[in-house]
Amino acid sequence: MVTAFRPVDLREALAVRAGERTIVFAGGSDLMVRGRSIYGGAPRFNLPVLMVGHLPELREITLDGGVLTIGPCCTLSRILCHEAVPSYVRAPLLGMASPPVRNIATLGGNICNASPAGDSLPMLYALDARIELRATDRIRTLKVADFITGPGRTLLKEDEILTGISIPLADFSRVYYRKVGTRRANGISKVSLFAAAKLSASRVEALRISLGAVAPMALRSRVAENMLESLPLEAVARRVDAVKDCFASLINPIDDMRSSKEYRRTVAFNLLENYLCNLISEEDFS
Amino acid sequence: MEIEVRFELNGKDVAVRTDPLSRLLDVLRDGLNLTGTKEGCGEGECGACAVLLDGHLVNSCLIPAISLEGKSVLTIEGYRDTERFAVLKEAFAGTGAVQCGFCTPGILMAAEAILRRNPHPTEEELREGLSGNLCRCTGYAMIVEGILLAAEKGTGIW
Repeated sequence: MVTAFRPVDLREALAVRAGERTIVFAGGSDLMVRGRSIYGGAPRFNLPVLMVGHLPELREITLDGGVLTIGPCCTLSRILCHEAVPSYVRAPLLGMASPPVRNIATLGGNICNASPAGDSLPMLYALDARIELRATDRIRTLKVADFITGPGRTLLKEDEILTGISIPLADFSRVYYRKVGTRRANGISKVSLFAAAKLSASRVEALRISLGAVAPMALRSRVAENMLESLPLEAVARRVDAVKDCFASLINPIDDMRSSKEYRRTVAFNLLENYLCNLISEEDFS
Repeated sequence: MEIEVRFELNGKDVAVRTDPLSRLLDVLRDGLNLTGTKEGCGEGECGACAVLLDGHLVNSCLIPAISLEGKSVLTIEGYRDTERFAVLKEAFAGTGAVQCGFCTPGILMAAEAILRRNPHPTEEELREGLSGNLCRCTGYAMIVEGILLAAEKGTGIW
């Protein structure tokens, strides 16, 4: 039987982390499946678990000075219902899991799982989201993109807890999100693309593109973004091949039960093309 | 390390001694003999084990017992005593929304979760709300029809 700690507040939770090695347990929608046995019953882990999903300090959403801060233990449903959360942050969360799982799963969990197919990650990478990590004696912040170092690997230290996710908001006028999976609900991404752009009447003012599930981590190409920024709108479609070239060396998908690498690579390029060729059309894709 | 967890179940306070990570699904079925909640996939994909936790639809296979402390759980056994259930039951019977019946408790809990927030959903909203519940018999059309009929017949009760 697994030992489980249920601290009354964040301070106690950090004290537990400082005292022994634990698995931090937020919503549990992944951990309850990962630890289960084929015989059913309670899941098993090789370390004690530390429950943090109930801590109010980790469940707040605030908007201050143009920065949206989301408590890591906010469920996806709670984030989706919150009035301070803009549609471009909501777009990928709406495509995650299913209503009952979104009532359990947390944004902090999706980040710390560090799955190559984590569906919030392309959005968080594209928007330069930062996280706050706390231990009893220190606080540090870093970009989500720097926190995740590989599939399932992060820089979370054994005495730390993820305590905040900050997303600098901007007035993106065009947002695009596409997820390709086998089923709309509960499908794990084969490929996804998140992009946000700020367009003036004639030019691309700012543009971010991030691809998910086609490499060990979500991808961004600064070279591609720099190439597109400040371009006249009518010139964007002519740069499709150049943008694909920027991503070609970064895209490094795997073959698995869900898809083949050739399929993932082809669809990733198709999504890039679809996005860029429709950037100046009237309809919004989000 | 067994723990004691206290929560409200179908309107009554209960206390259960259990492994802290026991799934709510097993607490209900094995511990409390409430077998209306079904186990389908055991990994959050199918919704057969769906219940309401503090009014929110969740898959009980993903909820560890330790997180139930102080919360309120509604299962099909508690729901079946309500007027809303009676309306849904009649509508499901009328539209043929139940075939083998295995998914039905989860579907009914999902229907309640949808209708209590949106008493007159569109078909699209309904299908989105049901997207976490698999049915391998009906093809969903009769289930959607049944819930829409219940929403109409039950105007004012949600």
